[in-house]
Amino acid sequence: MKNYSGRSLKQFNMEKEHLKENYYVSGHTACAGCGQSMAVRIVMNTAGPNTIATNATGCLEVFSSKAPQSAFGVPWIHSLFENSAAIASGVEAALDQQGKKDKINVIAQAGDGGTADIGLQALSGMLERGHDVLFVCYDNEAYMNTGIQRSGLTPFSAHTTTSPSGKKSSGNPRPKKPVVEICAAHHIPYSATSSIANPKDIEIKVKKALQIKGPKYLQIHVPCPLGWRSESSLSIEIAKQAVNTGLYPIVEYEYGKLTKVRKIPSPKPVSEYLKLQGRFKHLLKNQEEIAAVQKVADKNIDYYGLK
Amino acid sequence: MRRFIEGSHAMAEATKLCRPEVIAAYPITPQTHIVEHLSQFIADGNLNAKSINVESEHSAASCVLGSQAAGSRSFTCTSSQGLILMSEVLFCIAGMRLPVMLICANRAVSAPINIWNDQQDSIAIRDAGLIQIYAENIQEAVDLIIAGHKIGENPKVMLPVMVCVDGFILTHGMEVVDIPSQDKVDNFLPPYNPPYKLDINNPMSFGLLGDPSVYTETRYAIQKTLEDVLQIIPKVGGEFNDIFGRSSVGLIEEYKTSDAETILVAMGSVCGTIKDIVDIQRNKGKKIGLLKIIAYRPFPQAEVKKALSQAKNVGIVDKNISLGSNGALYSEIKSILPEKIKVNGFVAGLGGRDIKPSTVEKIIESTEKEENPCKFVDLNEELLWKEFKTV
Repeated sequence: MKNYSGRSLKQFNMEKEHLKENYYVSGHTACAGCGQSMAVRIVMNTAGPNTIATNATGCLEVFSSKAPQSAFGVPWIHSLFENSAAIASGVEAALDQQGKKDKINVIAQAGDGGTADIGLQALSGMLERGHDVLFVCYDNEAYMNTGIQRSGLTPFSAHTTTSPSGKKSSGNPRPKKPVVEICAAHHIPYSATSSIANPKDIEIKVKKALQIKGPKYLQIHVPCPLGWRSESSLSIEIAKQAVNTGLYPIVEYEYGKLTKVRKIPSPKPVSEYLKLQGRFKHLLKNQEEIAAVQKVADKNIDYYGLK
Repeated sequence: MRRFIEGSHAMAEATKLCRPEVIAAYPITPQTHIVEHLSQFIADGNLNAKSINVESEHSAASCVLGSQAAGSRSFTCTSSQGLILMSEVLFCIAGMRLPVMLICANRAVSAPINIWNDQQDSIAIRDAGLIQIYAENIQEAVDLIIAGHKIGENPKVMLPVMVCVDGFILTHGMEVVDIPSQDKVDNFLPPYNPPYKLDINNPMSFGLLGDPSVYTETRYAIQKTLEDVLQIIPKVGGEFNDIFGRSSVGLIEEYKTSDAETILVAMGSVCGTIKDIVDIQRNKGKKIGLLKIIAYRPFPQAEVKKALSQAKNVGIVDKNISLGSNGALYSEIKSILPEKIKVNGFVAGLGGRDIKPSTVEKIIESTEKEENPCKFVDLNEELLWKEFKTV
């Protein structure tokens, strides 16, 4: 019968003055250097206390909500892997019926698997029905919580436990699923990418999205030291290189049209990004393999007009 | 008001009287008219609710999970494959203690695909933690929907309620039904006022990770609550009777069992057919009766045991089969009866095959003569694999 109050950790940390306005607090069990955890804090603190958050199963849910504690200072609900968007749809409908919708933000959260794979149908339904919800995908590019298995958002050539590199394999054989465009194709008011490389960018985009009534999608690139086999201290640096090489284009779509991109006038070679991560280690001795990844970046630069 | 009305329409009227605030459903095959009627009520301004046309039954259940958690009375309905697709979410709705109302139009489960009635779908999710109550006729369906809200939303209960109605037989059949007045229903059922909800003024986290140190206690809590529901259902049944003048809400119904030597046990619409046969055979001097199970979850063990204690022969009719074992009701009841009572299990009415008066007569005959845990009734020998033919 008990639902555990999300206040336990929050109240504890409230004593620390600098955490006063935090709606996602420390004390959770995320790994050191977890990009997702950093992004969640920015999203929650930007949205503020008048927010209800839903969550898909995954790393975030596991490391933030071990009973009887919760890191969330706003009302938060998790039930399953594939239904964060549908739960958010129900919450939004209830608030609308209660006449409270205009005062409360509804934010649906999921990882890349819960967004691009198992949760895509529910997400598409939420977008198509026009719910006033911001869906945030924390994209760490694999199923990290279950042991680093490949998802639809795993990048080309990345080694995961289900797309391993080997004598006959260069890792993941497919490029990332274009989820930001799939969402934009619903002609929703706002569909964008961001990255923990630029915390201010996340803040601006969350603010912008929450001012728009209707369905919004924000996909944030969040390095995972465990799954990417990278130094915890390098998470921000790695995220920056993903943007600077063109491998993670920072773009905004409004009503289906590409309206803004983050320009990279002199893109870095992809090796600058790859060499920081164990998941790409198998590529580094082979120039052809690196060239194949460079092609992905070049294609992005050309397709989105990043230069 | 008494009306000659289709079952789905009557159930939609009953749902409307309960003032749902959010409705989410998906028209999976097979479909009933319940949500269509509710949508029309909203379109005509006769029901103030949000209707969400979701993209799957999984999302239907997820939407009502979210809306109920946000503090709004929520409704969904489904059947068969739809219920199976929802099942993952239904475990969550129960585990998160949210009193969603669900109507299950009982139908067979694929394969082979079959849109007709049996009770395999609801039986398949009996372990989810939902309260399951079965209606014999359309009037009972209406009554159980109204009473079901009050049972599930009791602050001591806070569990989802599934009202099970036989597909086609009750959803598409027509009967004269008393649709109560809004005043009476309002008098019986107060607005939904949950002890907890998603509230920005009192932020709580729902659906946390429960590791081995806490998980067992959450299951224990549901089990203990369901034991309490065995007291709450008759209590709500009494209140229902006071206001509406019908004793349709309870755990079981005993039909001419007090002196019966042979008692059949069944759930749902087949009870109507069995009652007719009981009457006919009683007129011929046979001491026979029917025990109707209304509450399947929680299962009223003590009441069932008591109702059958004086019988010599018990014949249990299951419109389901736990393949590799027996019918669900048979297993449930056989385990609590003393050895001296002869208990027969019958599997009948699967995939919409009619349970005719002659079927019931065959069941009674076997009940008195034989002792089988799992006898399929009315098998078509011509369709059986050669090695399975009995004649």
